[in-house]
Amino acid sequence: MENLLATSSHTRSQPLNGATDALPVLRLTNIEKVYQTKTIETVALNQVNLTINRGEFVSVMGPSGCGKSTLLSLMGLLDEPTRGTIEVDGRTVQSYSDRELANLRNLKIGFVFQSYHLINDLSVVDNVEVPLLYRKGMGGKERRQRALDALDKVGLSARTGHFPGQLSGGQRQRVAIARALAGGPEIILADEPTGNLDSVMGEEIMDLLLGLNRQDGVTIVMVTHDEQQALKTQRVVRFFDGSQVG
Amino acid sequence: MLLSYLKIAWKVLMRRKFFTFISLFGVSFTLMILLVVMAMFDHLVGPGAPAKRIDRMLFVNTIRHEMVDNHGWMNMPASIHFVDDYVRKMKTPELVGISSGISNATAFTKSKLLPLDVAYTDGNFWQIMDFDFLGGRAFSKAEVQQAQRVCVINEATARSYFGSTDVVGRPIEIDLKRYRVAGVVRNVSAARIYAYADVWLPYTLSANYFKDNRLNGEFLPVLLAPSAAAVPAMREEYRQMMRRVEIPNPKEVKAVFSYADPILASFTRALLNHQDQTVDDDNIGAFYLIVGGLALLFMLLPALNLVNLNVTRILERSGEIGVRKAFGATGGNLVGQFLVENVVLALVGGLLGLGLAAGALALVNEAHPVAYAHFVLSWRVFGWGMLLTFIFGLMSGVYPAWKMSRLNPVAALRGSGDQK
Repeated sequence: MENLLATSSHTRSQPLNGATDALPVLRLTNIEKVYQTKTIETVALNQVNLTINRGEFVSVMGPSGCGKSTLLSLMGLLDEPTRGTIEVDGRTVQSYSDRELANLRNLKIGFVFQSYHLINDLSVVDNVEVPLLYRKGMGGKERRQRALDALDKVGLSARTGHFPGQLSGGQRQRVAIARALAGGPEIILADEPTGNLDSVMGEEIMDLLLGLNRQDGVTIVMVTHDEQQALKTQRVVRFFDGSQVG
Repeated sequence: MLLSYLKIAWKVLMRRKFFTFISLFGVSFTLMILLVVMAMFDHLVGPGAPAKRIDRMLFVNTIRHEMVDNHGWMNMPASIHFVDDYVRKMKTPELVGISSGISNATAFTKSKLLPLDVAYTDGNFWQIMDFDFLGGRAFSKAEVQQAQRVCVINEATARSYFGSTDVVGRPIEIDLKRYRVAGVVRNVSAARIYAYADVWLPYTLSANYFKDNRLNGEFLPVLLAPSAAAVPAMREEYRQMMRRVEIPNPKEVKAVFSYADPILASFTRALLNHQDQTVDDDNIGAFYLIVGGLALLFMLLPALNLVNLNVTRILERSGEIGVRKAFGATGGNLVGQFLVENVVLALVGGLLGLGLAAGALALVNEAHPVAYAHFVLSWRVFGWGMLLTFIFGLMSGVYPAWKMSRLNPVAALRGSGDQK
């Protein structure tokens, strides 16, 4: 897959958790996902081969129902493929238990959702701390500091004590991005992160993601319907009817 | 992490006020009833004046006579002969005292008739029980042996008969016989059946005090062990002693059985009578099983209601569950979180239940269903109440928590309740 957009060279932060630069962050090989009911078999993904390299910003595009979100779920280890293998940092995760997968998600993957999925009962900073709650051996002080750092990075230092209901859509998505960043993941998977925002806010979020990728070397895979935004990323992967078409 | 769980638990409770109210009502009402029953139970068998050392005491309710030729059974309290010649000769007890069952008597004041409950006791009885004397003293061993007409009366009798409690040495006429008041004690609850009376008289004045060698009479021996640890040995010695008891009328009586039991066992042995009365079984295990089962059943109904509410609530929170799972929460983490939430809810309900129980007990005490009984929520009852609440919280939280932890994260993020 060739880059559709030439990227300038940029500094990359050290990969976390002992990963090496040489290995791709994620590699999907011959992935198939079939949803089976009593009467019908739906092929959501068919023979997908995709490699996400460290520091890349990849867009996934395609019409509704083409399998983009399914792909993101598989990449995020939230779902299992019917066939094929998924490698994270060169390790095949097929045989991992639920607990091991949860641990791997916690350490390596950050998620940004279209509808933010913030917990309304928790303050902004508490929301950002959520991934760190499940980090073994991390104390409360360190959790709080990392959450504040992440909020600083997305420009929301002044809103730490607010609740999601008190924020605009763009601000909520920034909180969601801070939450994804807080755990220092290898990769951020963003499912239509600007889908619920107006064009101005959408642009802001897109700029934020681009900045994180370019300045901090964060690897990002983003599902989007917006061609303009996709073109700003380094690579666009296109899907149609569950198959990779470009 | 616990702080975060507690924080969100509190927020969830406050956010869903109707749900919280329904849940709390179920929990607190159930606990209120359980706590009231427990307070009454504690009043009946727990330590408290005058049976403060109840953990060192054994009680003998009855002597069971198995009649010859399958003529049935005769169950009666013990005679003085039995007490003096067998029970008092035991080595383990520090003291053996007796009291009779309650008999009715009447006293006349200037204006009214005063019905009284009378018990006959010996001198040791007063040393075993810790009565609260407002004035005077108990009658002595010598006064008992000499069958002197002395008595101890309770506060209520003193006030009704004399209009005062400062009446030591004054005469009181009961059933047309005159007695001298030796002491006045604080009222004893009628629920303390081994100690309760309005008037206590020396047993040598009892019409049922026979000096022959019959085993059955009207007396209930109370044995005080030197320590709580010595109680099992004392119980065993009583068992051994019973094997040596001579049957005075073997043509009529085939065998006799009697047991010295701790307070609760003395009730359960009588209440849950074994089919075969020759079997030595105090039925305490069966009692706990029945009571535990009933309590569990009683808690099960509101717990199931709470389970039902909780399961439907899961759908509302599927987004949160999905997010937590996506960011690395394991099933165990989620079970822990939901259990904390539920236990917090149950504990709040438990505290409300305690308040309600205190109110209910105040009403019960006001109604005086049992003479002189004052039911209270002791620390022991409070502790049991909190334990019950905790169990309640776990009972109603485990299944929904498990169900929550099984939600498929992708489905949960979509807002559907599909399981893995």
